[in-house]
Amino acid sequence: MGYRLTESGINELLQELSKDYVLFAPKRYEGGNTFSGVDCIRYGEITSVDEIETDAKSDYSFKEILLPLSQTLFYFTEDDIKQPQSRQKSALVFLRSCDFHAVKRLDEIYLRNGAPDAYYSRLRERCRFVLIGCPKAFSTCYCVDMGTNIAEGWDAAFEKKNDGFYMSSPQTELAELIQKHSANETDFTPSFVAETPVKVTVPDGLSVAVAKASMWREYDSRCIACGRCNFACPTCTCFSMQDVFYQDNGKVGERRRVQASCMVDGFTDVAGGGSYRQKNGDRMRFKTLHKVCDFKKRFGYHMCVGCGRCDDICPEYISFSHIINRLGDAMKEVNGNG
Amino acid sequence: MAENRYTSSWSEIVEVTKHTKIEYTFRLAYKGDVKPGQFFEVSLPKYGEAPISVSGIGEDTIDFTIRKVGRVTDAVFENWTGDRLFLRGPYGNGFEVSLFKGKELVIVAGGTGISPVRGVIEHFYRHPDAAAKIKLIAGFKTPDDILFQDDFRRWQERLDVTLTTDDNLGDATYRMGLVTEYIPGLEIKDLAYSAAVVVGPPAMMRFSTKALLERGFSEKDIWVSHERKMCCGIGKCGHCKIDDKYVCLDGPVFNYSVAKDFID
Repeated sequence: MGYRLTESGINELLQELSKDYVLFAPKRYEGGNTFSGVDCIRYGEITSVDEIETDAKSDYSFKEILLPLSQTLFYFTEDDIKQPQSRQKSALVFLRSCDFHAVKRLDEIYLRNGAPDAYYSRLRERCRFVLIGCPKAFSTCYCVDMGTNIAEGWDAAFEKKNDGFYMSSPQTELAELIQKHSANETDFTPSFVAETPVKVTVPDGLSVAVAKASMWREYDSRCIACGRCNFACPTCTCFSMQDVFYQDNGKVGERRRVQASCMVDGFTDVAGGGSYRQKNGDRMRFKTLHKVCDFKKRFGYHMCVGCGRCDDICPEYISFSHIINRLGDAMKEVNGNG
Repeated sequence: MAENRYTSSWSEIVEVTKHTKIEYTFRLAYKGDVKPGQFFEVSLPKYGEAPISVSGIGEDTIDFTIRKVGRVTDAVFENWTGDRLFLRGPYGNGFEVSLFKGKELVIVAGGTGISPVRGVIEHFYRHPDAAAKIKLIAGFKTPDDILFQDDFRRWQERLDVTLTTDDNLGDATYRMGLVTEYIPGLEIKDLAYSAAVVVGPPAMMRFSTKALLERGFSEKDIWVSHERKMCCGIGKCGHCKIDDKYVCLDGPVFNYSVAKDFID
């Protein structure tokens, strides 16, 4: 069961929700891209429904809501450390099925791989999710083949249609709020993508042995190790520590963690000048196998959710889905029957 | 609410031993469980954290042998007179010394690789009956680079120690040659009751494990310890991932039957 809401109805709903929640949704920032005259679609706070970009895929995912690009862990003086306050309000995040599946991957690393992370969990505990119905795949999507096109367990669903906005919630409290501002009750289940233009096949028996395949050498020169794929990816979780101190008082500063990229120089540096994976193609292989091989070996399912943002954002037009589709031949090559 | 594992606490520097111009051992006050081969995130606010392995375990103290090679360690060297360092840990699995009980144990260490195994050596030095025999092969670049000179002198009394240098700088009292040269001739009573530990720079580990396999050691009896620059120590930051393993959680000590397949 669901509800149809008019634009003014849903705006009243959003206004009421914003008493308890910060509302995050994909927003269009006009001229906000790196390139002149190009928009950027990324997550931001919204107050009305017309701010939600439903017709295009967001360039960046929701993940910065849970994993800020730069997050202060604590402030220090000469003798003391002090932890910053977390966001006081809960967050209500509008996202598509692929991104909702990405939340599970973030949880896997930050809550279950080793001890739970306090900074992540305090944001995560106060985070609820509204699924954005996804009637049609975009040109670079491959969620169906990654098994992330259908989502369950969300707190509410939302979809923009010709005759208004449709919403539902399995939770009484949210459902009542939606009903309160609705025009009429109606059948509503969010749309899920059933077919994507891009198809991928992760070969059976894929292993780290594929590192010896010749395909990676192509990316030594094609990839410029800029790391944009990592920052656009909803499942990339790596960070580096950074200490800063204030210019006005050198005895006071803070320790931060900042999002890091396994494609960018310095990621593997160890003491004394050593580093691993100096070739960009090897970094590409490392990232690829994490997304579609070794994460599954450890946790039982693939990390990649098939959103295709890495393809969209690569300045060198490298297609990650194409890389996945080359792995079968690459395995044959290293197994000697290629 | 999950416990915050990123905050460190101050630990008093009890003693500093200067081995070389760029390698000091800092003895810090510490109470708690710790195993040889485990590591801590050692830091100085303003300069950052660095993962450093425990090079010695005392009563209420732990040792860190630190080489001055980066931003954090430079700061540690310049500021240690400040009498304390920030610590959090221990992290990683460390060496399980009980696995070596009653066995002939060969320890091959290169350079600062001696740090993580020093606790293992000390354990068997103090409990001579626990292992059937210890054979330590340790290599350093030159005599000037040798760490723990006093310990080596002491260990030589009870253990079979081969101390070698890549270049003895003309001082004939030091052997010259790579650690791998001493592996083929190892006298092992029964390979079925032996084990080996290899720690050092990547190339040294690769050639030493190869030599041990050729000498007849089986993969499952060889243990290696890997070095990575972990930013978190708790499986989050991703800097230490190799295939499906996290060095900070599953290592740094790995059985060679697992580590042989590692591709960075």
